Amino acid sequence: MPRTEGTYKAQSERAAGTTTGQRPAAKRQRTKMVAPPNDYLVPERDALLTPVLECRHLGIDFGGLHAVEDLNLMVGKTEIAGLIGPNGAGKTTVFNLLTKVYQPTRGTILLDGQDTAGMDTARVSREGIARTFQNIRLFDSLSVEDNVKIGLHNQVSCGMWSGIFRMPRYWLSEKEFHDKALELLDVFHMADNATDIAGSLPYGAQRRLEIVRALATNPKLLLLDEPAAGMNPVETEELMDNIVRVRDRFQIAVLLIEHDMDLVMGICEGIVVLNFGRLIAKGTPEEIQANPQVVEAYLGKQD
Amino acid sequence: MMERLKGLSTPSRDNLVTYALVFAAWAVMQSLASAHAISSSMVGLLVPITAYVSLAISLNLVVGISGELSLGHAGFMSVGAFTGLVVAQILAPSVASGPLRLLVSMLAAGGVAALAGLVVGVPVMRLQGDYLAIVTLAFGEIIKNLLNNLYVGFDGGLHLSMTNVASLGMSGGKVLINGPQGAVGIEKLSSFMAGMLLVLFTLLVVTNLVNSRSGRAIMAVRDNRIAAESVGIDTTKYRLMAFVVAAALAGMAGALYAMNFSSIVPKKFDFNTSILILVFVVLGGMGNIRGGIISAALLTVLPEKLRFIGDFRMLIYAVVLISVMLFSNNAQVRMTLDGIRTRLARKDDDEALADGERGGGAHA
Amino acid sequence: MGLLTNLINGISLGSVYAIIALGYTMVYGIAKMLNFAHGDVIMVGGYICFIAMNNVGLPPVVAVLLSIVGCTCLGIVVERLAYKPLREAPSLAVLITAIGVSYFLQNTALLVWGADPKAFRSVIDSPSIKLFNGQLTVSPVSIVTVLACVAIMVGLTLFTSRTKMGKAMRACSEDKGAAQLMGINVNTTISMVFAIGSGLAAIAGVLLCSTYPTLMPTTGSLPGIKAFTAAVIGGIGSIPGAALGGVLLGIIEIFAKAYIGTQLADAIVFAVLIVVLLIRPAGLLGKEIHEKV
Repeated sequence: MPRTEGTYKAQSERAAGTTTGQRPAAKRQRTKMVAPPNDYLVPERDALLTPVLECRHLGIDFGGLHAVEDLNLMVGKTEIAGLIGPNGAGKTTVFNLLTKVYQPTRGTILLDGQDTAGMDTARVSREGIARTFQNIRLFDSLSVEDNVKIGLHNQVSCGMWSGIFRMPRYWLSEKEFHDKALELLDVFHMADNATDIAGSLPYGAQRRLEIVRALATNPKLLLLDEPAAGMNPVETEELMDNIVRVRDRFQIAVLLIEHDMDLVMGICEGIVVLNFGRLIAKGTPEEIQANPQVVEAYLGKQD
Repeated sequence: MMERLKGLSTPSRDNLVTYALVFAAWAVMQSLASAHAISSSMVGLLVPITAYVSLAISLNLVVGISGELSLGHAGFMSVGAFTGLVVAQILAPSVASGPLRLLVSMLAAGGVAALAGLVVGVPVMRLQGDYLAIVTLAFGEIIKNLLNNLYVGFDGGLHLSMTNVASLGMSGGKVLINGPQGAVGIEKLSSFMAGMLLVLFTLLVVTNLVNSRSGRAIMAVRDNRIAAESVGIDTTKYRLMAFVVAAALAGMAGALYAMNFSSIVPKKFDFNTSILILVFVVLGGMGNIRGGIISAALLTVLPEKLRFIGDFRMLIYAVVLISVMLFSNNAQVRMTLDGIRTRLARKDDDEALADGERGGGAHA
Repeated sequence: MGLLTNLINGISLGSVYAIIALGYTMVYGIAKMLNFAHGDVIMVGGYICFIAMNNVGLPPVVAVLLSIVGCTCLGIVVERLAYKPLREAPSLAVLITAIGVSYFLQNTALLVWGADPKAFRSVIDSPSIKLFNGQLTVSPVSIVTVLACVAIMVGLTLFTSRTKMGKAMRACSEDKGAAQLMGINVNTTISMVFAIGSGLAAIAGVLLCSTYPTLMPTTGSLPGIKAFTAAVIGGIGSIPGAALGGVLLGIIEIFAKAYIGTQLADAIVFAVLIVVLLIRPAGLLGKEIHEKV
């Protein structure tokens, strides 16, 4: 669905304001022009809303290698989007760029219209990007509930002194932490596991807990790195339901990396395909499945 | 639901046991001491024990809870010790009450040690792992060397010098800190009671911090720094918080320790003292506060009790240290222990399963 | 001339640090442990040489060789008994064990040889070389120390890059698991590294005691820690780095002692370590490794 003329214009003005940080007239500089990436796609229901994520000409080099190059990407406010590509295409690198684990060499990342240049990982999380990791990263020695409470860190306030000397603020905050954590765990039917040690959970439960913890940060955009890895078809089916349910309930956007094509084609509304760090295709699941370049990237050139 | 409530109270129940243990030890030692049932050498050890127990608790916050290896904890102890001595002397003319002077000088010691912790911690927290450890060692040595060159005098006003006593420019008054000779003629303000109160205070600060929003953030950084960042935790802030709070508590313990002796030298707080405290923490089980308390108390008393074997004492200490590490960490030993544990657990499971089957049978 | 004398003394002391640091850096590189007992091997080396020369009356060369052999065996035995069982253990457990070994060696030395310092007779007893009409005196020990340091550094570089065992060492310090899959005997390789490191410590001990002729059970502790500092400054795992760090540290220490004060020299040495690590977290010649996310 092509964006309407009006929204695109409004957006480029806002972007210009945030990237330069001042009115163009103030320093009598020429307006910085950006090539209009006019082939973006978002779901129709999100077309009039600021996209939650927009990357422009995003790139990073490792040594001489362009690990990601000239990536233009847009995710709608409530879209479930897929990022696919063969192994080593740079998918996780894109996540690491979005969450500022790596600082981009080139390009701009707009989160809900705000330029994230100069932010670090923690700040980006506070601004609304949450993620899970390909190789699960939980707080292994802590309980399930504590993992979620740590996710809620910036949602509930209680300073060091209130904590040490058990001021009223502490008791209020602990109740809030506990209630919110259990409410979130309940979404994934994990409330009964609240006191289990995270590192001792079965694999599938660890993956679910990682999603709950990410949701606890109250994100606008949830990045899932291979959420179905190691799951059997039944678990994958359940995961698909859960992802859609989370989106509907929290009204957030989801961008996921996944090799399981049943999952990707089943729930993603828009899909982008990456190969050798470059975007080679974008479109609906149907368009992607029919795209010869994608088939070639995955299976090699067919003569 | 009941299960959940029961589970929730686990950390606080665990802490209650620790508090009970401390109070019990206090009661026993106090009554033994007042009944003159323990030797005078043991009575002399009471304050050092409380100081070392406090130090073990505070170092546990850094090593066990925050997961950073610090090899310079004695440095903060010495900053606190000498701050405390100077403050106590300055207050001597105006504050008559000994306990009050001790309290104020310990608080001042904690404050200055916290400041030292901040100055050391800001650069240190840019590093990780063994590099962090070696830099804390370096800072500990630097603090010791600086204090070795510090001269402080008091003649109504405070005089400081880094060269010698003569350059203090004193008109009468008293030299409080005399470079490598340290402080002499210290007024003995510390008491077992004050020591136990410090242990309880340290315990309260550390356990309460651990079970709060800040403490969870500290443990999150320990368990997985990258994940902690990804949920919006400022990792440097929380590593630094643990480090500075521990430094402050070590400073207070240092002041208590110093005011138990008539003289003290900066060399007392060297690398070996840092290691001594670290050994308490490691033998007690990292992050296990109660274990640290017990091992600090035992390992302070034992060498005194073993004085009769003379030079063999430290040799035995070394052999015990190595053996404990080998036995508690060796893969084979651990596997055997795990094997026993699983076998016991399986037995429980089997019984539970059997119960379940019986239950199922009844329904069918 | 004072400046030149200090520089020569600095390079000489730095060369001793460098020799110890070379051993330290190799051990750390492969075992990833802070081996606090390394400094005490220096002390044992010094004692063996002292006993061989003074009590047995052996010629210096034989005494030095004996000391090297003794320390090499000591290194292998310590590794087998104390560190090998902890290969999979948390690093803090290994660290505490190393400290235990350090206490063990110091206190054994105390029991065997007593607490009072021994006056060590230099292994090289030729007269000092006088230059510029006697204004500049260079002790032969300094020259031998520097030459030994250069020879060891070149030898180690060739050994690790050319020989099969050397390559195995480098492979093990990169990735033990992968090295094992390539058919490298990891245990033998680690033993070998400890052997070399301890042998170097013996040489350093003899040279250190020849320059500063007081030998006590605690003689090795501080040089050990300083040499490790030197290895970290140069970049842990790097052979030229250890040599560079050692020499730098020696020069800084001697100059600080001469121009600032004996009491503050150690503080300055450690301050240099902190400054270097803040500017280059992996040391001067080390390479930074990032965790993969």
